[in-house]
Amino acid sequence: MTEKKTTIELKKLTKKFGDIIAVNDVSLKISENDFFTILGPSGCGKSTILRLIAGLEVQDSGAVIINNKDSSFVQANERPVNMVFQSYALFPHLSVRDNIEFGLKLKKISNTDIKIRVEEILELVKMNGYDFKLPSELSGGQRQRVALARAIVNKPKIVLLDEPLSALDANLRMEMQQELVNIQRNLKMTFMLVTHDQDEALSISSKIAIMENGKIIETNTATNMYEYPSKKFSAEFLGRINIIEGASSLIDNRMLFNSDTFGKINLERDIKLPKDGVLGIRPEKIIIETGLNKQKNRVSMNGTITNWTYYGDVSYITIELKNKSKVYINVQNVHRNSLQELNIGKKLFASFDINDLIILEK
Amino acid sequence: MKKRIQHYTPVNYAKNNTLKIITFIFLVILYLPIINLIMFSFNDSKRNIVWRGFTSKYYEKLFENEMLFLAFSNSMTIAITSTIISTFLGITTAIALWKFNFYLKKYYDVALLFPIIIPEICMGISMLVFFNYINWPNFQLWPFTLSSIIIAHVSFIFPFVAIIIRARLSMLNNEILEAGQDLGASKYQVIRKIIIPFMSPALVASALLAFTLSLDDFVVTFFTSGPNSVTLPVKIYSMVRFGISPEINAISTLLILIIIICTYFAIRFLSKSNREFMK
Repeated sequence: MTEKKTTIELKKLTKKFGDIIAVNDVSLKISENDFFTILGPSGCGKSTILRLIAGLEVQDSGAVIINNKDSSFVQANERPVNMVFQSYALFPHLSVRDNIEFGLKLKKISNTDIKIRVEEILELVKMNGYDFKLPSELSGGQRQRVALARAIVNKPKIVLLDEPLSALDANLRMEMQQELVNIQRNLKMTFMLVTHDQDEALSISSKIAIMENGKIIETNTATNMYEYPSKKFSAEFLGRINIIEGASSLIDNRMLFNSDTFGKINLERDIKLPKDGVLGIRPEKIIIETGLNKQKNRVSMNGTITNWTYYGDVSYITIELKNKSKVYINVQNVHRNSLQELNIGKKLFASFDINDLIILEK
Repeated sequence: MKKRIQHYTPVNYAKNNTLKIITFIFLVILYLPIINLIMFSFNDSKRNIVWRGFTSKYYEKLFENEMLFLAFSNSMTIAITSTIISTFLGITTAIALWKFNFYLKKYYDVALLFPIIIPEICMGISMLVFFNYINWPNFQLWPFTLSSIIIAHVSFIFPFVAIIIRARLSMLNNEILEAGQDLGASKYQVIRKIIIPFMSPALVASALLAFTLSLDDFVVTFFTSGPNSVTLPVKIYSMVRFGISPEINAISTLLILIIIICTYFAIRFLSKSNREFMK
């Protein structure tokens, strides 16, 4: 794989607000054309990272490097980055067109060029015909599009998106997620998104960084982050997971895991479990069986359903094993008749493949 | 027993006849005296009782009356000067209250309302006492004769300006200013290209309001004016003491006309500003 050009590099970035360390020694590299997402619970400092890159805050220590140029102390208005704010922050007294033109006019671009670019962008965000509307006359989704257009029309090195979809309703959000990805791919721009929504992060990003208490815990591609996380926090934050505690030993270069929940599991992998390590299995990897599955590479269990939550396409069920430990299972609702089998109190068998087990560090 | 059917009707005030009648009576009581005043300014009679035909001679007479013209030019000078000063003070006060935190800000906020809520008569007397106490010089040269009135006017007008502009500025949150910076505007350009254009409708509206407030003020002016600084409302009052002539009707009509025009534009600018409020 060829090495992609780095657009943004953060070096040991730290920012404190009083006693609170919002961003703690963060180092990151964002490559060209990436759709990079910082995912984390609210208040973990992810928005502050965006604001530091945009130049709206000044770091206490560390450096922000944009396009191989140290921009740590460059004013916000001189950085080649543009931001889509959470509240959209459209200029309320300006029309849609004037809002989008704002940045271009400051750059002293000729009027004909401005006109061409604004037309292109309005077409791209499907807002043509709304040129002379005021922001107050638009719906939430339309404001969102204008805010995006206002940022990308300047052709910045990176577009920073601060939870831009959080104010939209579920269907519109899904639609906009898809459009964001399309726009990002068509324009070949670098996007950096901040969100606390796991589904959003998974569905639109090419790379995800998980953040907790001002620190980046782990960075990986979207699929790897879900399937092969290495930290317990990121595994638990990005979707649901069954954590299996226990002790491990190496026998003939094969890991044998003595779990509290499922007894002995022969992992067939020649890696050692890290200190404080645990295993994890995603709920959708566990399938319901008609009887105890004795295949060598599967771990089987039987238990009683104690909880059942219906989501339409899937059901989330909790089963309690004989040793009182609880296991979460996601069941696809393949047939509507089979829903009756999932009543609370029913006994069932289930199993999963040992290859789907994730090794996690605490 | 027959069950009574209750029809559910949604609240619709526009179709309520009682309300229509009350509104009509209210408007008549409110505007009849003014319409009467305007009508009799065109009456061809020395008295305001019987209609004796149309004339515009009292308007012609106005322009020959030097005393009235002097009072009118005094009023305009005071109104324009105090509008300029109070708009400037109002803007700075509004920006200070909007953007900055300072010691006792909460109390300053309330203190700003005092000139609006205390009775005008008290305001007038306090001004009179104050100017006497500090020995404000008794100017003889023309524009300076108006200085005490202008100071008094500014003191009760600028809070109105500050409150209107501040209400407008409260829409402009920090993220909007940051968005301006992010799009390439320097701090100076943020002021010039965002803050000033943004507050301009409120600015024009409050300046027009300040102008009308100053132009039609009687009480405060009465206490602070001297023999050399008679304004139009004060002059009208002194004329009324010798009986009401159609001339007074005519000058009042002109005053009303100026104020209606100013208020109309003030409301237009304010409603433009309200249209931009995000729902």
